[in-house]
Amino acid sequence: MKRRNFIQQTAAAGALIGLGGLSMSFKENTRKHITILHTNDVHSHIEAFGPNDPKNPNMGGVARRATLVQQIRNENPNTLLLDAGDIFQGTPYFNFYGGELEFKLMSKLKYDAATIGNHDFDNGIDGLYAQLPHADFPFIISNYDFSNTIMDGHTQPHKIFVKDGIKIGVFGLGVELQGLVTDSLYKETKYLDPVEVATDMARILKEEQKCDLVICLSHLGYNYSYEDKICDVELARLTKDIDLIIGGHTHTFLERPEVHTNKAGKSVLVNQVGCYGVYLGRIDFYLDHENKIESKGVSIAV
Amino acid sequence: MSIKNILSAIMMLGVLSCTTTKYQTAEITGTRIPINNSITADTSIQNFIKPYSEHLNETLDTPLAYNPTNLDKSEGELNTAIGNLMADIIMEQVNPIFHSRTGKDIDFVLLNHGGIRASIGKGNVTSRTAYQLMPFENEIVVVELSGQKTRELLTYLENSKTAHPVSGIQLKVDKNYKVISAKVKGKEIETNRNYLVATSDYLQTGGDNMIFFKEPVKLYRTDYKLRNTIIDYFTKIDTISTAIDNRYIQIP
Repeated sequence: MKRRNFIQQTAAAGALIGLGGLSMSFKENTRKHITILHTNDVHSHIEAFGPNDPKNPNMGGVARRATLVQQIRNENPNTLLLDAGDIFQGTPYFNFYGGELEFKLMSKLKYDAATIGNHDFDNGIDGLYAQLPHADFPFIISNYDFSNTIMDGHTQPHKIFVKDGIKIGVFGLGVELQGLVTDSLYKETKYLDPVEVATDMARILKEEQKCDLVICLSHLGYNYSYEDKICDVELARLTKDIDLIIGGHTHTFLERPEVHTNKAGKSVLVNQVGCYGVYLGRIDFYLDHENKIESKGVSIAV
Repeated sequence: MSIKNILSAIMMLGVLSCTTTKYQTAEITGTRIPINNSITADTSIQNFIKPYSEHLNETLDTPLAYNPTNLDKSEGELNTAIGNLMADIIMEQVNPIFHSRTGKDIDFVLLNHGGIRASIGKGNVTSRTAYQLMPFENEIVVVELSGQKTRELLTYLENSKTAHPVSGIQLKVDKNYKVISAKVKGKEIETNRNYLVATSDYLQTGGDNMIFFKEPVKLYRTDYKLRNTIIDYFTKIDTISTAIDNRYIQIP
């Protein structure tokens, strides 16, 4: 695998060089390891593709994904498994069971959270609501105002996970539904500006809640070169205090996460693993006491 | 200051120095892992899926009707047997419902050639056939078009020179694909009246550049999926009977 290293000079790391002596009181190994696993646009692909599939022969399948996720959790119990939306629609499993099997399987794989994609409204907002009892994981969506709908109170704008003492704040962004989904399906769901909401969420999670990591689960889409439409790459540039944007919607097969520079000049990762559960995305964060980190700052190897 | 106080002050200091020490990212690695057949499937998950897949496959593969010939959208000039079948199914399945709701009848049906997503092989047809033919969730809508927009529809057909499936309309075009005659219920299309055209919601919203559908006089939703019209039709009949005919032809 081609490895590229991004070294970032951080102001904080630079300022603390002289205080290195303080860390002497912490003799134990303070390094923490957090693993983030992610999928997007699985689109009801429960079974693996057959050997004759023209695009993804012998790939995918929830039962294989379960094995892989378990292996990684065995290696590192401090793992989060996340999905960036469009769980529904794409195989007859959805037409027959309305998303029940998708949610039940994600619960069995112990997904920690998912956001909502446009196709998750394909059986209407009532169809989505009806399947919620089958999901043992929360739906995190920050820019859909569901207050006049049946989904009111059934999603969270953000959630903080604590793994090995590390606070991981997760928020979610959905794509504009108007023009993409028939309005009779999403009803009175209000779409709020993703950049404004993301700015707010990142501030709450980083500054108020003191999260060590902030992750955005996005169904906005990776990049729109010919359209003036908000996308993950733009979102990365226009915000700060987000460490990772896990994308979906555009079915973009990124070979490796991309590193973009945010509004504050810091690195933010953007990743998306195509669709149909053909790949599992994996990002490993290694954290340490800030006074132990060498002046060279963050090393990003992707 | 008592010893106790000094001790607690030291403890406080200790607590403070620990809590104020923040964690910061030192290193990040990222990769994607292909989910392929080198990974053993989890048997408990497989067993959980099994009853769902068995029921699904049983339902999908239950024979509904018989198809005596191979049907493919590449066979035919301006109309194809498979396209005629799809358009005729919509007329047959949707018009009775539309009539019962509105007291009106559909004048004609227009789909797009690209919307025929698979061929139908000779043999039994099943629900799976319908899923292959129409994998999308498109619904039938009935669009009330002005005579002017109906003209634009004909211009669209002239320009595309393609076997877009139709039913209920009789089209004759010249060697340059210009419309010589366009008859609905035996009468030439007139500019001073409206027409009720059944199509998919995808095309109505401008899919395949059918922009003439976009701002109709009136739009009737049927809540009837294109795929379900096909499944219901297959369930109803015993043997598929369709052919290339003279509904849309070129007069050299």
